[in-house]
Amino acid sequence: MTPPEAATAGSGAKADAPELVILSGNEAIARGAWEAGVRFASAYPGTPSTEIMEALAKYEDVYAEWAPNEKVAIEAATGAALAGARALATMKHVGLNVGADPFFSSSMIHMAGGLVIVSADDPAMHSSQDEQDNRTYAKFAKLAMVEPADADEALQYIKAAYEISERFGTSVLFRTTTRTSHAQGVARFGERATPAGPLLELERDPSQQLMMPHNAIPRHAAVEQRLLDLADFAETTALNRVEMGDTRVGIVASGAAYGYAREAFPQASFLKLGMSWPLPKRLIAGFRAQVEKLYVVEELDPFLEENIRLQGVVVDGGKDILPLCGEFSPGLVARTLSAAGVPGVDESLLLVVPAADEDLPDRPPTLCPGCAHRGVFVALRRLRAFVSGDIGCYSLGALAPFNAMHCSTCMGAGISMAHGMARVLDEDADTKNRPVAVIGDSTLFHSGITSLLDVAYNRSNVVTVILDNRTTAMTGGQENPSVGKTLQGHDAPLVDIPALVRSLGITRVREIDPLNVAETQAVLKEEIASDEPSVVIAVSPCVLEYRIKRPAYRVDPDVCTGCKVCLRAGCTALSLYRNGDGEPRVEIDPAVCSGCSVCSQLCRYEAIRPPLTDDGKDA
Amino acid sequence: MTDRPIFNILISGVGGQGVVLASYVLSRVALAEGYDVKQSEVHGMAQRGGCVTSHLRFGDKVYSALITPGTADVLLSFEQVEALRYVHWLKPGGLLVYNSARVNPVTVSSGAVEYPEGIDERIAEAWPNARKVDAGALAARAGTVKAANVVMLGAMASALPFTPEMLESVIRKSVPPRTEDVNLAAFQLGLEVAVPA
Repeated sequence: MTPPEAATAGSGAKADAPELVILSGNEAIARGAWEAGVRFASAYPGTPSTEIMEALAKYEDVYAEWAPNEKVAIEAATGAALAGARALATMKHVGLNVGADPFFSSSMIHMAGGLVIVSADDPAMHSSQDEQDNRTYAKFAKLAMVEPADADEALQYIKAAYEISERFGTSVLFRTTTRTSHAQGVARFGERATPAGPLLELERDPSQQLMMPHNAIPRHAAVEQRLLDLADFAETTALNRVEMGDTRVGIVASGAAYGYAREAFPQASFLKLGMSWPLPKRLIAGFRAQVEKLYVVEELDPFLEENIRLQGVVVDGGKDILPLCGEFSPGLVARTLSAAGVPGVDESLLLVVPAADEDLPDRPPTLCPGCAHRGVFVALRRLRAFVSGDIGCYSLGALAPFNAMHCSTCMGAGISMAHGMARVLDEDADTKNRPVAVIGDSTLFHSGITSLLDVAYNRSNVVTVILDNRTTAMTGGQENPSVGKTLQGHDAPLVDIPALVRSLGITRVREIDPLNVAETQAVLKEEIASDEPSVVIAVSPCVLEYRIKRPAYRVDPDVCTGCKVCLRAGCTALSLYRNGDGEPRVEIDPAVCSGCSVCSQLCRYEAIRPPLTDDGKDA
Repeated sequence: MTDRPIFNILISGVGGQGVVLASYVLSRVALAEGYDVKQSEVHGMAQRGGCVTSHLRFGDKVYSALITPGTADVLLSFEQVEALRYVHWLKPGGLLVYNSARVNPVTVSSGAVEYPEGIDERIAEAWPNARKVDAGALAARAGTVKAANVVMLGAMASALPFTPEMLESVIRKSVPPRTEDVNLAAFQLGLEVAVPA
């Protein structure tokens, strides 16, 4: 049984909403943005940020959209703020790299409406390719940063972020992590601040909004003054608070790390920073003066620590004790700080119980039963192709048993990296070394089109496989230009991917059924052998998102030889057992099987059979 | 308010087993009983057939959404290997409630390794305070195997500072329409296995 959909955000939009509710941090950000009177919101999905826009889209009086990428999302939100609306853009941490250009620009121009940009960072890389610490972006772009520690703070602080944005004329970086975005907590609802009237005209002020050098030069000076004003504000805002306890130990913390430290050292004194850039110099110095030892507890980079030290404040412990990598927990903070001599630890967190799991089988993520990506990766493995991958469910093609992806970095890079490889590989190199780029529909729209244009324009013999499953699958099935619907349920035109590819100048365009392994393999083999840019488009809707469940296949135990070739399909519906004679045989769990037939195409003995026909006969 | 120490429940299972609903019910009961509540699980790539854990904590004031190994009051495991994998998260004397179900990881389905035998014996040795539940069979008896997660809630109920009636009322409101009766029957069967007559 699954939980009722939108039990929180949906009901939260009603006037009779309960006072206290349990929300995820992301749902709380959406609620807080709605209460702040946000009119416009744009995002590209990315774990752990996705649910903010999904929740916000359900509120009335808010326009919310999926943009093709984060750069577009920030630019659109900047435009909406310039036009006078409170605007929101949300993304995962690496999404801000894509949006960095307009993020910096947003710091330079004056907007009539507040602009908040949410970056959801992913310490421990639960679902990411790096664990960059985006707090540095706030310093780099010279704007204000707000960090909530839990769901209630997320709801209240985003409202404060809009106040800061409009009062100081700055865009605000609202920084969360996986444990503040996805963790649920008790939050307090408020009322929506209704935006004043319809926006009817665009104010024209090029000196503040058109950043050519003659305007940008004075704006830079204004930005530097703004930072000083923000630092003054940081001294007194309620977002930053001192919680005095045992004066032997003072801890500076923000975000989820505050909660871990608070439980590990329940009696200690805390300076809890909810506005973590620019830093309140006098508040920090005053706190330092009241405690014997000062520790900074922060995940990832020593962002607070270094900037506090730069103010001449003595820090007794930070990244010399605590790890730079991964996420923290109460136990980790308790163990590391108490080992360094910090008194007052909660002893119950120091208990070390050995794990019993050394020999237990790993349970890595894998392609869903019925997933059409499976046929493509079976074919690519058989061809021993070099596969330049990208970001999406199909990244799982890198894992056993496929092992059919050899590089993958950031969104859209698969095609352009393959182009670089193809351009330097000698013509006499074996075709198996000719790179094949693999990219999904949503990632193609995000940042693959310009890469494909590079291949087309500069004529490299890259084969690009577009896995069009008609959704943004890895983040949970969001709408995109290959779906025909928008985030808020309106009809939208479908991108004609073959026509798009041809319009770039690529003439070799093949369309395949990825669940037909032999055809897929034959087409890929031909295209790899060709000397031109080539695109192979595999259209097959996501089984999860479109709830595709075909009748299950079955194994004839008298024909199965136990050769295990079918297991190379890497499908969790298949398993080995031993028959009465102790011989290995394969069986299919009909509750799990989605009837895609890829395993039966791999079987050399026709032991894996289609479902029985309606009258009970073998098909 | 009386001083109520933090109660930690770790739920472990495999994507699709209903870990999220179980956490949803427990957190809403805790809120209704006036507790501060925090709950954390990871979405994203972990959902694709990987293991799923949910940390649920309630008390007068909860700061951290994460439990620390060695401090869980209850470990609720929906799969036997996932029970053994997390048993060291229990505090001394804590209760393990686990489903005897076996869900093959892809490492087993692809023939790379075999599903380990003797998990029950290893659990019994590692953690005597354990209840084993055939949640799938009980759920089927109640009307649908999909209610195995609700059977598990029943099987752990006696370890919670909540009444079964409180859990029942939240389950009724949390499950899809027209599945209330089958889920409450599943919950009842779980309660019965936990307290043998």
